[in-house]
Order: sequence, then C-alpha cells, then structure tokens
Amino acid sequence: MHTIMKLSGAEILVECLKREGVDTIFGYPGGSVLQIYDAIFQQSHFKHYLVRHEQGALHAASGYARISGKCGVALVTSGPGATNAVTGLADALADSTPMVCFSGQVPSALIGNDAFQEADVVGITRSATKHNFLVKHVEDLALIIRQAFHIATTGRPGPVLIDIPKDISINICEFEWPEVVNMRSYQPVTQGHPGQIKKAVRAMLACQRPVIYSGGGIMNAVGSASLLRELSHALNAPVTNTLMGLGGIPYDDPHFLGMLGMHGTYEANMAVSHCDLLIAIGSRFDDRVTGKLEAFAPDATIIHVDIDPSSISKNIHAHLPIVGDVGVVLKQILEEIARKNGAPDAAALALWWEQIAEWRSVDSLHFEQLPDSPIRPQRVIQAVHEITHGNALVATDVGQHQMWAAQHYGFRKPHRWVTSGGLGTMGYGLPAGIGAQIASPGERVVVFTGDASIQMCIQELATMYQYRLPIVIIILNNAYMGMVRQWQEMFYESRYSQSYFDSLPDFVKLAEAYRGTGLKVDKIEQLDSVLEQAFAIDNGRFVLVDVAVSKEENVYPMVPAGAALNEMVLS
Amino acid sequence: MRHTITVLVENEFGVLTRVAGLFSARGYNIESLNVAPIQDKTVSRMTIVTRGDERAIEQIKKQLNKLIPVIKVEDISHTVHLEREMLLVKVAACSDSYDALLALAESSGANIVTDHIDSHMIIELTGKAEQLDKFLLALTPYGIIAMTRTGPVGMRRDAKGFSLG
Repeated sequence: MHTIMKLSGAEILVECLKREGVDTIFGYPGGSVLQIYDAIFQQSHFKHYLVRHEQGALHAASGYARISGKCGVALVTSGPGATNAVTGLADALADSTPMVCFSGQVPSALIGNDAFQEADVVGITRSATKHNFLVKHVEDLALIIRQAFHIATTGRPGPVLIDIPKDISINICEFEWPEVVNMRSYQPVTQGHPGQIKKAVRAMLACQRPVIYSGGGIMNAVGSASLLRELSHALNAPVTNTLMGLGGIPYDDPHFLGMLGMHGTYEANMAVSHCDLLIAIGSRFDDRVTGKLEAFAPDATIIHVDIDPSSISKNIHAHLPIVGDVGVVLKQILEEIARKNGAPDAAALALWWEQIAEWRSVDSLHFEQLPDSPIRPQRVIQAVHEITHGNALVATDVGQHQMWAAQHYGFRKPHRWVTSGGLGTMGYGLPAGIGAQIASPGERVVVFTGDASIQMCIQELATMYQYRLPIVIIILNNAYMGMVRQWQEMFYESRYSQSYFDSLPDFVKLAEAYRGTGLKVDKIEQLDSVLEQAFAIDNGRFVLVDVAVSKEENVYPMVPAGAALNEMVLS
Repeated sequence: MRHTITVLVENEFGVLTRVAGLFSARGYNIESLNVAPIQDKTVSRMTIVTRGDERAIEQIKKQLNKLIPVIKVEDISHTVHLEREMLLVKVAACSDSYDALLALAESSGANIVTDHIDSHMIIELTGKAEQLDKFLLALTPYGIIAMTRTGPVGMRRDAKGFSLG
C-alpha cells in the first residue's frame, strides 16, 4: 500500500540522502540552510561533520569519497558559504571526484535582488561542476537529488551542485521517491566497442615495446586495479602511473616503473619515449604528464581507454580509442586475450626489459642523507613509510612535499592516496585527511604538508580535534613555498620573489593551541625517534610533526615545462 | 574551416548559458548561435556556426555532448544540407529613392514589411548568408539605419530527421 508522506523540502533532502545510502556529510550552517540543519538535527541516518570553513567541507568530502569509493556530500549556506565552496568543486571536477554539494540560496522571491548573502551560485559554479541545479519547486527536489547522485557517480565522476532557495526547504509537498533515474540526455557508455577491443588486443600481442600508462580512472572504476595488474602480467608489460593513479599497481611489483611525467622516474619517462605501444587506461594525457606534445611517445601506437570521450585525442591523438568504464573494458580485453590464447613476442620483450633495467640502474630517485647535515625531505617520507610499513592512508597538500610523497612513499593498493592533482589546490591536505580518516576510522592517516600549504586550511585542525581524529601531520618545513622557489631558482635566476616566509608561526604551539600534540624535528638524529613518538601517541588526537628540512632542496628528476620527457634533469 | 553544428538540448533553464559558456571557457570561436524549441516543446534545437580545424571541431562536439542537458550533436557541414538566415533591415527612404528600393527588394526576393515613403522602410529577406550580404551591400548607398540578422539555421537535405528517436 502506497503511503503518502507530506514533507518539507528540508525533510525531503534528509529522506533522499538516507535512501541514497549517505552516512556522512560535511558542512557549515548559515541563514539560508537553517531549515535543512533543523531537519538534520532531528534525524539519525547520517552524521554531519562540522568543518571550520566551507572549502574544508568540500575537500573533506573529496578525501572521504576517494578513500571510501562512495559519493562525497557537502552542505553550505548561500553567498559566501557557496563561494567558499567553489575551490573544492573545481578541485573535484579536475580530479573526477564524485560529490554532491547542497548550497542554500536566498528565498526564490528575492533571487536577483542583491539580497543579503545572495550570489549567483548556479552561474558561478557552472564551470566548476559536472552539472548544477537550481531548485524552483519543492516538488522537483527529490528527482533533482536523485539525478545529482546519478550524474556525480556515473560516467566520468564529478561534483554536482544543488542550489536550494530557503522557501523551497520550507515548502511542503507529497514526497515521491523516483525509483529509477532515466535521463535521455545523459547515458554514459560503459562497454567498450567489441571491434575496438579486438583491434587493441591484436596490437598488444604484436608489439615489442609496450607500456601501460594508467591514471585516476583506475581509482574510479572500483575493482579495476587487480585487472590492471592482470593485464600487465599477461602482456609482461611495464606499468607507469600518473599522480592520480598511484596505487593502481603495487609499488613493489617488478612491472611498476614509478610515476611518469614532470617529476616521474627516469625509467618511466624513457620507456614512454621509446615504447612502440602505449596503453593509456583511465588517464588523460595531462600536460604535467606529456611534456612537449610533439615529442611524447613518438614511435608509439596509442590505445586510449577512457570513460570520457572528450579526454580522447584532446592532447595526443589516439590511434585506438576505446570509450568505456576502465574496469569493464579491462575485463573485455583480458577475455579477448584469453580467447586468442596468444602471447606477446617473448624475445622482443626480453630485450625491452633489458633496456628498462638499464634505465632503472640510473636510480633517478636516489638521494643520500649524510649525518650532521640538514634533513633531506625524501628521507622523511621514507622514514614515515618505514614506520607505517607503507600501509598508511596518505593525504597531501600541493608542492614539493607532494612530489616527494608521490615518489618515495610507495603504495600497494588503490584508494590509499589522496592528493590534489589536476587543480593543484594548496590547502587540500588537512581537510582531505579528515575525510580519509572518517571514511576509514581504523586506519592510520598521514598528511604530508608544507609550511605554506598547511596555512591555507589550518583552521581544520579544530575539526580534527572536535572529532578526535588521530591523524599524523608531517610538515616538511623549509620556510619557503618550495615549488615556487624551485622554479624561481631554475627559471628566474634565483630571484625569490615573495616565496620566502620571513614569519612562520610556531607550528608546535599552534598544534597545542588546537589541542593536539606538536613535535619538532631539527636534526636528522632526532627524526626516527620523534616519528616513533608521534606514531605511538594514542589519545585520539592529531599529532603534528614540524620537520625542518634542507631549505633549498629541489624535486628531481624533473622535466622542465615544455621540454620532452626524455630531456629530464636528473639533479 | 567553417562548421555548422546542430544540437538538440533539453528545453530548460540555463542551457543556453551552458553552451555559450563552454565556447568561451574553452576558447572556441562562435560565429552565430540560434536556438528555439522544436515541435516537442521539451526540446530546443540550436544551430551553431563555428570555425576550427578538424581536431578543434571534434573537441567541440565532444564537449557539447558532455554537457548534461545536451541530447544530440551533429556537424552537418559534411552532409548535403541547407542553411537559411533572416535579415531585417531599416533603410532611409525618400520619394527619389523609393522606386529604386522597391525594385531592389523585388529583384532580391525581399519583402517590404513597413513602408514610410518619406522616412524609411523595413525590409525582410530570408536566404543564404551571401545573399543577405549582397543585398546589404546594395542597400548601403541608400543609408542603412538599423539591421538585425538571425544567424543561420540549418538542416540536412535528405529524408533523415534529427530528433529524439
């Protein structure tokens, strides 16, 4: 028997989140969302985490989504609440993170009147979201929410914003849950074209120097990492990952070449430059990956598997495009390989691996930590890897520390690494770490950050304390905006324009002021023992370790912007 | 290369801004854009004239398809198709020029919409863009007071529809 439920817009929102299976949302209240917050107060289906700034809510939702594989949800108020959320939306769009953000809006009758805390949020966020909605009638709300989750989590995932005028959250209507979402204008393709799969497999079995180049798509297609590994082993093909794709294949798998691109390994970039078949899977040929386009994989036939047709042949022409979900397509490819019962040319591959071994012997990530000398940041990452046995969930901010973490931490599994890749958002790390810890309460979360990045969302330390999130924060402190300084050194004759902090806070005291533990490391001899101390603290509170690292250390290897991948600077 | 792209979109709030915004955000040219609902009022049809090499056009089509309310995209440039545009032009008129203007309009297949012998007339012409250009050029000596053009709308000449089915 169909029971009629009369609900307010705010109650509909709560009911819909419950039915979408949402257990966690991040937000910050304000005038236009009071009705919604009142409905949240009266329910127990999901937990609301109060952040300290709306940008934090969006990044926390992102960290949550990327660790849990579920859709992140955020709630912000109108005007400044929503404009503060824009960076988080743009970040999620660039990194294909599934997210639904609700923003309050002034009452319908006031829209366009320059009302208090009014902003044209649908206009402002149009290019920072996969799609956005303004709710005009409370009767439309349930369907819009259903569509928003559908759009955010299918196809190439991304953020969707729903702008809800205050009167809509108050108005009452009969609640009707749309069981199915069917949008004639939005029907993402998941299956790869069988003809293209056949052609791709033919190329895979005929090549002599293959490289698999996989990206964040492997994270979004849950379960595809094991298929990626299977493919790499079936073809005996080396694999390189993008920044977003780290963990797609275990770092200690002999087929793994490391990350490619601007700060990738020598072997990864050389292999891409010399391969005759490049199999791109869920990656998008970003400029930080390709370097100079004309010189990218010049001899290779390029197979590109991606769910987003607009990513294919955007920067680099793909000879064999396959549109589809990478998990589904990988399965199709593996089935076709099994059906053909063929194997790639073993002799050619042996030569290829010999060549790769030679490139590997350059050991491009090698560094030396001398006693009585400044702490090498790479050593800090390595030490944290050792103490966590490489099993931590790692979040980062943006800059040098991010690249060192990517190069030296080493990931065994997908969904262990949250970083801002596409947008490069300083301030991402702390709130993303919060989201990661909430997604996976039993696991160790480490946030690597810099003295510059951490100050961009430092208010979220209060959130960490409030929810007793035992996150370990490691600041690689060189008193510079390190990556800016590095570029100024390399390309602006060391004119360090505005990249040095003459005044940094006492991070240890700051941690304590926010009621966590603050620890400091100045000398290399202290590093291991202080880290041990930090990771042993078990009071449910965050621990911040401020590590003074060598000030003018550069991230190497490096492909200078605009150069070809085989023109790496090694040191 | 000039391309004419037709697009079916959900006839909903904001869809025109999404399409126009896509062109500006990604740096694509937009020469003209025309939009109106079709027989099914939930759907609008756009005709977009743009310029770019094959690669840019391919991206434009993909990016248009990526917009959620976009139902269908077709580049009709490579098909046998027709394009028509409408012009309204207000031209100065006086007793000396009146007959000549009438003759010019008639020979060009244009309609006189408003006619004030000693002041101005408004002429309507529908045709190919070049026809409109030519007509405007011929009118110039008489003094064009105001003009407006719709930009082209286009469709394939064959029996195939461009609809939801």
